[in-house]
Amino acid sequence: MLVVEKVLAEDILRISGVNTRKCMKCGKCSASCPAFNEMDIHPHQFVSMIERGDIKKLIKSKSIWNCLSCMACVERCPKNVEPAKLIEAVRLAVIRQQGANHLKADKIPALVDERLPQQAIVSAFRKYSK
Amino acid sequence: MPRIGVFVCWCGSNIASTVDVKKVAEAARDEPGVVYATDYQYMCSEAGQSMISKSIKDHRLTGIVVCSCSPRMHETTFRKAAASAGLNPYMVEIANIREQCSWIHKDRTEATEKAIVLARAAVAKLNLNNPLTAGEIPVVKRALVIGGGIAGIQSALDIAEAGFEVDIVEKSPTIGGKMAQLDKTFPTLDCAACILTPKMVDAARNEKINIFTYSEVESVSGFVGNFNVRIKKKARFVREKLCSGCGVCTEKCPSRKAENEFNEGLDNRGAIYIPFAQAIPNVPVIDTSSCLKFKTGKCGICAKNCPSGAIDFEQQDEIIERQYGAIVVATGYKLISLKNFDEYSYSQCPDVVTSLEFERIMNAAGPTKGQLLRPSDKTHPHTIVFVQCVGSRDTSGRGKPYCSKVCCMYTAKHAMLVKEKYPDAEVHVFYIDVRTPGKNFEEFYRRAVEQYGVNYIKGMVGKIAEKNGKLIVQGSDLIANEQVVIEADMVVLAAAIEPDPSARKIATMLTASIDTNNFFTEAHPKLRPVESPTAGVFLSGVCQGPKDIPETVAQASAAAAKVICLLSKEKLLSNPCVSHSDEMLCSGCSNCEKVCPYGAISFINKTFKFAGKFEIRRVAIVNEAICQGCGACTVACPSGAMDLKGFTNKQILAEVDAICR
Repeated sequence: MLVVEKVLAEDILRISGVNTRKCMKCGKCSASCPAFNEMDIHPHQFVSMIERGDIKKLIKSKSIWNCLSCMACVERCPKNVEPAKLIEAVRLAVIRQQGANHLKADKIPALVDERLPQQAIVSAFRKYSK
Repeated sequence: MPRIGVFVCWCGSNIASTVDVKKVAEAARDEPGVVYATDYQYMCSEAGQSMISKSIKDHRLTGIVVCSCSPRMHETTFRKAAASAGLNPYMVEIANIREQCSWIHKDRTEATEKAIVLARAAVAKLNLNNPLTAGEIPVVKRALVIGGGIAGIQSALDIAEAGFEVDIVEKSPTIGGKMAQLDKTFPTLDCAACILTPKMVDAARNEKINIFTYSEVESVSGFVGNFNVRIKKKARFVREKLCSGCGVCTEKCPSRKAENEFNEGLDNRGAIYIPFAQAIPNVPVIDTSSCLKFKTGKCGICAKNCPSGAIDFEQQDEIIERQYGAIVVATGYKLISLKNFDEYSYSQCPDVVTSLEFERIMNAAGPTKGQLLRPSDKTHPHTIVFVQCVGSRDTSGRGKPYCSKVCCMYTAKHAMLVKEKYPDAEVHVFYIDVRTPGKNFEEFYRRAVEQYGVNYIKGMVGKIAEKNGKLIVQGSDLIANEQVVIEADMVVLAAAIEPDPSARKIATMLTASIDTNNFFTEAHPKLRPVESPTAGVFLSGVCQGPKDIPETVAQASAAAAKVICLLSKEKLLSNPCVSHSDEMLCSGCSNCEKVCPYGAISFINKTFKFAGKFEIRRVAIVNEAICQGCGACTVACPSGAMDLKGFTNKQILAEVDAICR
């Protein structure tokens, strides 16, 4: 595991508050997921991947954007593992990644508009476009 | 002058790795009254015990302190060792430096310090100990079995076989319990009724066994060897002695709407009914909630048709009071309610059934006469999905945290029975793990896969919905890493099992302990698995934890053996650590009487001569045979008149002083 990945894995666990060790690999999450077929990596896989620190694949995965945050997996998990919270944490980690800004600072002056709130510009730094 | 010996045990490395045992022995040597202190690797071993006996003789010890594990573990062992050297067994004190010290501390210095303090407290107490002698109490040679399922029946048969009288109290109208509802039994596939009903008949015919059905235990008082039990025999509204069991009343009853409990509500029964053909006793009972006579006052058709005049609408509940020497708890189990599991649509779709309902559907005496038919439209299901772990192994709060143990095996059984009867049926089983420890169990499960082609899918079911008469089952297949959707005709849920709801009430009556899941706790999980920590109360069957029929029968016989050991004794030794009242200090306030959970304290008027005058005062007296030495009265007594032998107020305070020194 890369150091970066390890730090990231710890961050994701901290942000989500999830204890992946509680998982008993029953697959209830993937059984309940309404977006299963839209995902390349499935809910039950998130849990073990994060436990292993296998974050890179997850970050690149389209699953994190296809998760509906319906929380069916959180609601149904017999061990209270809460996989959707992990996915949410991965999403946040991606959004907050350094250098992953989708708006370069030097492009800002041209965009500044008197009617545009300052906050919108700041938040635009963090936005991810698909 | 006391001559005290202190023996510090290493418990291998259990104590010695965290506590400096040599230092504890050294420190103890300086305590008042201590003339000898030593340490040894295994104090409870033969060699350790001999060492204690020898030291008592060599050093003329008047009392010993053993610094070791909990007194619950080895107090008796060391008392016996002391007695063998001629020392009064109540001159032995245990300082618990394992459970309360080495196991819970990490720091060696701190743990050693604490062990020294605990040893010091024990020495301080021992300095004030007096030799005590146990009294003798008689044993009532009769046992009570609560619950008439296979566990209760087996225990009763074995106790009766040894020549003792046994009463079975069963709350439902017949004995037989859950096993009577089962179709076939794993791993041999013999029919449950064929092996159970002969045992039921044996119990009924046995002269030593008295069966109270449709009865409940109302209250229990007393103690080991001498329990007083009140049993409520609920009114059946049918006189057992007159009834011939012809069943005419059950056929003529016009009320047909009551849910048939024996068939898990899959069909209806009359208001007057016999649960099943081989019921014991073969006497019907009137369910007043659905009986027209009780509801409207008009009807009485059963009474008119009864050829022996056995129907008695005026019958009242009856209270029976009896004494018992021992009590076996065999209260059994039920399936959990599925109200927390909406995703399986159990309450909406009649074709989603529990495993116990499925047993009835497959049973030749069941609502479909053994034909596999869907409850909704009575057609043959082609595709059947079994879901395991429904509510078992669930720590989310929706279900139960434990494994229900029997579901893997009965699901394999169900799957095979279906394939055997209908080879073209498609059978899928969703599982998390298949657990088959047991003789011929793994082979049984593999037979379902290899011989019958049952499709086992590693994963869970997330959703079941009805669509055009089909059940759309959405689940995960973790090995294929796919979400699968199966169009099923029927779904069987392996719902978790839980202790019968009566367990909690009965445990309270017996002052027997239960765990967080309401299973009865055993006195020791490994070494005393069929005894409750409450003396004279024994455990049989699922009331103690999930188990299958062979295990239940084994435990039932084991509990019976323990009961026989107890009942074959003429006398029991009583605990001499009981309360006594100092009548010179007693003010007669009754506080002790009010707090005593055993009813051991009463009051008498006694004449005292004081300063040349006679006066009559009301004072407390303790019945030593009933007192269990809990000490509640000593705490409640405002004048310090109540004291507990072996744990006197002075002794306790001496311990506290020693700790605070």
